[in-house]
Amino acid sequence: MASAKGAVMTAVLLVALGGAVGAVLRYGIVRLLPAHFPWGVLLANVLGSLLFGVVLAGASDGMRLLAMVGFCGALTTFSTFALDTLILGREGRSGAAAANVVLSMAACIAAVAAGLAIGQAIGLSG
Amino acid sequence: MTGQVRPAAYSEVSAVAVVAAGGALGSLARYAVARAFEVIGWELPLATLTVNVVGSFLMGLLVAYVLVHPARHPLWRPFLGVGILGGFTTFSAFAGDAVVLADDGRWVAAAAYVIVTLAIGLPAIWAGAALGRRWHRRRALS
Repeated sequence: MASAKGAVMTAVLLVALGGAVGAVLRYGIVRLLPAHFPWGVLLANVLGSLLFGVVLAGASDGMRLLAMVGFCGALTTFSTFALDTLILGREGRSGAAAANVVLSMAACIAAVAAGLAIGQAIGLSG
Repeated sequence: MTGQVRPAAYSEVSAVAVVAAGGALGSLARYAVARAFEVIGWELPLATLTVNVVGSFLMGLLVAYVLVHPARHPLWRPFLGVGILGGFTTFSAFAGDAVVLADDGRWVAAAAYVIVTLAIGLPAIWAGAALGRRWHRRRALS
């Protein structure tokens, strides 16, 4: 990196690019999946967590900014997860609301762990 | 689910464009918060906890506004909700922070982090929605 200013500009571009693509992919997934339960947000969160784990195993700083901070950060969302849980509760579907919380937590933590194992297996950490 | 209702008044291309722009801005804001916490010297999960709680609270305010003014420009919802707040908050770093703590053998910290995020982040959207509704009702009366 030529200068500190150049490094900051590069970081901003990588995070913005990854964030834009991640958010659009989440928008597409949510639109495509059935909406009576927040399957779309759940799938986006699990996919993003899996890739987050793979990159966590070891990658260059640029790849981390593009893939982890930008793409995975924006593909996954906490605010929409919270909104969907609130809406399910308001609809009187407290079982579905609880299922959304438990499923999201369990599946995303498992996805990061699986991604980490995949990343280590393909030698990203070495 | 009202979270996924889409007004038909805009084209798909413009929706994708505002989601992309919002996702870029939201992600940059999240990155800025993470860097600021690094400078302060606080541990990483606190930055993720902060963006998720603040983003959920703002999502509650936004939903209250959209419910009161459903006819306002329909692209604001995908720009602010799906793009900016969706990009600002994150589930992958939340799950990732928990796995990193557990991987370090810090199981209690990992469990506490997950429980605290849910225990503050979920009520935060409820609080934002309740506050937003009161605010809009007062403005409508005056």
